[in-house]
Amino acid sequence: MNLADVWFVLIAVLWTGYLVLEGFDFGVGMLMPIVGKTSKGKRVLINTIGPVWDGNEVWLITAGGATFAAFPEWYATLFSGFYLPLLVILLALIVRAVAIEYRSKINDENWRDRWNLAIVISSWVPSILWGVAFANIVRGVPIDETATYTGGFFNLFNPFALLGGLATLAIFFSHGAIFLSLKTSGTVLDRAKPVARNASIAAVVIGALWALWLQLAYSENAWTWGALLIAAGGLLGAAWFSRVDRFGLAFTFNAAAIVGVVVLIFGSLYPDVMPSTTDAAFSLTVDNARSSQTTLVVMTWVAAIMTPVVLAYQAWTYWVFRRRLSEDHMPEHNELTFRKN
Amino acid sequence: MEALELARWQFGITTVYHFILVPLTIGLSILVAIMQTAWVRTGKQKWLRLTKFFGKLLLINFALGVATGIVQEFQFGMNWSEYSRYVGDVFGAPLAMEALVAFFLESTFLGVWIFGWDRLSKKVHLASVWLFAVGTNISAYFILAANSWMQHPVGAEFNPETGRAEMTDIWAVLTNSTALVAFPHVIAAAFLVAGSFVAGVAGFWLVKKTRANHGDTDLPMYRTALRFGAVTMIVAGLAVVYTGDLQAKLMFEQQPIKMAAAEGLVDTETGAPFSLFAVGDLNNDPASVRHLLAVPGLTSYLARGDFGAEVKGLNQLQEEYAAKYDPDAQYRPNLAVTYWSFRLMIGLAVFSAATALAALWLTRRGAYTDKKWFSRLAVWSIPAPFLASSFGWIFTEMGRQPFVVAPNPTGSDMVYMLTQYGVSKAASPWEVGISMAVFTLIYAILGVFWYRLIVRYAQEGAPVIEQPALDDDDAADRPLSFAY
Repeated sequence: MNLADVWFVLIAVLWTGYLVLEGFDFGVGMLMPIVGKTSKGKRVLINTIGPVWDGNEVWLITAGGATFAAFPEWYATLFSGFYLPLLVILLALIVRAVAIEYRSKINDENWRDRWNLAIVISSWVPSILWGVAFANIVRGVPIDETATYTGGFFNLFNPFALLGGLATLAIFFSHGAIFLSLKTSGTVLDRAKPVARNASIAAVVIGALWALWLQLAYSENAWTWGALLIAAGGLLGAAWFSRVDRFGLAFTFNAAAIVGVVVLIFGSLYPDVMPSTTDAAFSLTVDNARSSQTTLVVMTWVAAIMTPVVLAYQAWTYWVFRRRLSEDHMPEHNELTFRKN
Repeated sequence: MEALELARWQFGITTVYHFILVPLTIGLSILVAIMQTAWVRTGKQKWLRLTKFFGKLLLINFALGVATGIVQEFQFGMNWSEYSRYVGDVFGAPLAMEALVAFFLESTFLGVWIFGWDRLSKKVHLASVWLFAVGTNISAYFILAANSWMQHPVGAEFNPETGRAEMTDIWAVLTNSTALVAFPHVIAAAFLVAGSFVAGVAGFWLVKKTRANHGDTDLPMYRTALRFGAVTMIVAGLAVVYTGDLQAKLMFEQQPIKMAAAEGLVDTETGAPFSLFAVGDLNNDPASVRHLLAVPGLTSYLARGDFGAEVKGLNQLQEEYAAKYDPDAQYRPNLAVTYWSFRLMIGLAVFSAATALAALWLTRRGAYTDKKWFSRLAVWSIPAPFLASSFGWIFTEMGRQPFVVAPNPTGSDMVYMLTQYGVSKAASPWEVGISMAVFTLIYAILGVFWYRLIVRYAQEGAPVIEQPALDDDDAADRPLSFAY
């Protein structure tokens, strides 16, 4: 296994970290009107992810940076090719970050409602678009001999990609509901549980369907059937354990399902990183998109030292903020208003 | 407009905007950590109140900084994919390290700090604000190492097989002489920004409260904050000048044409003067430059430490570059932008430091001040170092043009890139145009909220801290001390 393969795996690991962690952040955001319902209930939801959401998002920044460093050609072709969907994702992430921080800075129901709406929309949109993007990567897109994407915008919206978007949406939605069943108490918990039960079943159906399509139509490798089984088994386990009220296990199985999906996607690609539908000879591969040996050696050392450290302190923050939240834990709104008293 | 122009405008807009927020976060994170340390060590209530007051303003600022920072990393790929292909092997590494080493640290421990007031011991909580602040400052180092490589590529060579620059020595990249002076310069500027922010807000409150009631119990707190901010400004101001001088000397060697443009120096001269005011046409024609006011020999002194030294001019450098690189290219940066942004950077920074002296003088020997003019000066001097920082970046980035990676005169001749070849081939002008329009619009809207929140919270003054009734038996049922 050469270092480029190691980095292919590491980038899959970074994306797994991102999708497992921000997956439930997005889910929580999407569920604001459904599980949160009231002003206080919505506030409970946001505060379940309050201390951790920002750290979770750094997994994306790291995945992006690592792709830039380890596979510059992949980074360049992907980001310039998927231009408009990526733009929409970025806008959603910008608005979402500001909305979470600013919603309770002013004590005014309208102010909070508007930022809440922004959080909801900016959680739904990337949940769909990440699936669309990954589905297109696996499916292959038109790439010419200069490694330039030539497909245009609408090429990205094909049935397989749209189902992929629905699959990430369903998985994140259910991931968020299961997370809330672990992290809340009282009336919010009462509303979260049935949503988790139903959503996890929907995730099994949509997720398994898409995974099967992927494996049959686009996988380069037979061993990814194993990843598909992990993904499907994880989703099934999440649905089953939600049913019997064991949400710790349900969350673990759902996380395993996301790991399975990422392994399926990356395993199906290998040795390509971005297959070209124009001509297989133009495909970006682990070998032709990689950085030099020097760069990969340096990056491997940095990743080998820093990743365990990051995992350790992030795990510690989850431990510090482990208690369940209910409406009773929400402090009085005593923020300022724009009008001075 | 072509995709190239649009992509350049977009980079300029998003980066200058981002860097309005960043220096305040870099400096204020450390200042707030110091305030909290003072509280933990002395137990004085005023330090706790100041920590909470400036901490809240820091959070409002940080949120938008993070949000606009995401774009920074992605737009290299979106708009500058050919640049990314050419430099990724070298340039990508510090970006990835920045995320792994710094961004995780700052984002994770900021969350711990915000929500941890009642969940952690005082010392662990204090450690969290320091880890956040240190993470923020480390991130500055990595991104400046990346930028410095664009100004002065080291530790890399051109690989004709892959057609791109490849890393030969990461240590050289991370200890680039350019980065070693850019980092302290930028950090000092960030402290000038944060110091003037603290001094400006505290000065406003000190004057207001003193005028209302000379015996107000808040006066010692605001006086402390004012002097804390002012001392920060003076130390930072001196450091900015010192590091700026080092940087200029280095840049005369590494990017002589940038400095010739900054000085409007048309032809090579010995004993070159420092121009204070010049006019010229806007067609970037060096022949049109007229210096109306100049200090003799000063540019030579700044460049070489010798008033009589020779400094190369635009015309001679153009010939040198044309002989060495593409003979048809125009190597002069935009003269008007380079010349004036350089002077505005210096002038605004000096103005800012001057207000700090006034603050220390007025509050000497335990005095308070009720001078209305000082209150106005304090508030009006807040934007000055922000603008100085922006002009500094506009100068150094515009001065690097027409290169995106400027050639290193003592390094590999093949490692450089003209900006025009860096732009994405896949992104059409209308795509780049849409993204530029949307980013600008959304940044403008969010900027209005940012500004109104900062002003509103600054106008409210330091909060009075109520001691919560501690009842450890049902700690699990206690409401959160902070919630979104």
